[in-house]
Amino acid sequence: MDYVRYIDRTRDYYLSQGYEKPYEWAHFDEVPFTPLQKPLSECRIALVSTSDIAVKGDEDEGDPAEQLFIGNVYSIPANIPVEQLYSHQEHYDVHATSLDDPNSFFPVTRLQEAASDGLIASVTERVHGVFTAYSHRRTLENDAPEVLKRCREDGADAVVLTPV
Amino acid sequence: MCHQTVSLVARYLEEHGLPTVIIGTARDIVEHCGVARHVFTDFPLGNPCGEPFDTGMQRKIVDASLELLASATAPRTTIQSPFTWSKGEDWKELIFTEEQPFLEGEALDNWMAAKAKYRELKEKGEV
Repeated sequence: MDYVRYIDRTRDYYLSQGYEKPYEWAHFDEVPFTPLQKPLSECRIALVSTSDIAVKGDEDEGDPAEQLFIGNVYSIPANIPVEQLYSHQEHYDVHATSLDDPNSFFPVTRLQEAASDGLIASVTERVHGVFTAYSHRRTLENDAPEVLKRCREDGADAVVLTPV
Repeated sequence: MCHQTVSLVARYLEEHGLPTVIIGTARDIVEHCGVARHVFTDFPLGNPCGEPFDTGMQRKIVDASLELLASATAPRTTIQSPFTWSKGEDWKELIFTEEQPFLEGEALDNWMAAKAKYRELKEKGEV
């Protein structure tokens, strides 16, 4: 079976639910591209995700409006044991799967293994979360520059990004 | 919208000289936005990096994304993970339907509450 067209599917679904204005998905004709500057085995890799990854025991789960509409950037140490990580994200296919295994959407252990095997040099000291903003402009003007700043501070040569 | 956010961030990083690769499950959203490198896994929203607890599969998908960082020579390079969802493909027909709404119960309430709060903050000019 062919892959799901979410833009069409969600437009049809929300129209059927009485929403009048379809969501405007971001679209650009030009796509920027930066080649890798050194061999992969010498690269330090950062991980950035919109999966609401969080550390167990941090009781403050944050502001739900921030997480769903406003946006923001936060970081956690990459060497934290994966058993301490979880996601309270509710926007995934709850009927088909779960977020019980962080590495299925936030592959920090798999990246550490790739470093141990020499495929890459290392993983950056911090890995990052980005909350989805309703406004494209907010993401492009606030959150993306903050991610760039943190990745540069950590000496990242390239970045793996994962949604849920 | 998660896919759109990572796509926007990836584009910004590429513009500023940092190579990126996205591992995602919503191919159309990522390609509509337009990104440099993209590993598409044809799985339900939630597990782009492989099925839960299948470390072998996850490693193959993550390694493929790392190799794509080095091998891609032009933007809009998408490769597809060679895996199919082990429990069949019914989910593809059911997602975002009356039978299986994307959000229901508490998740829907949380979403509506967050949306109301966002509107309130926006009216006050705080976001």
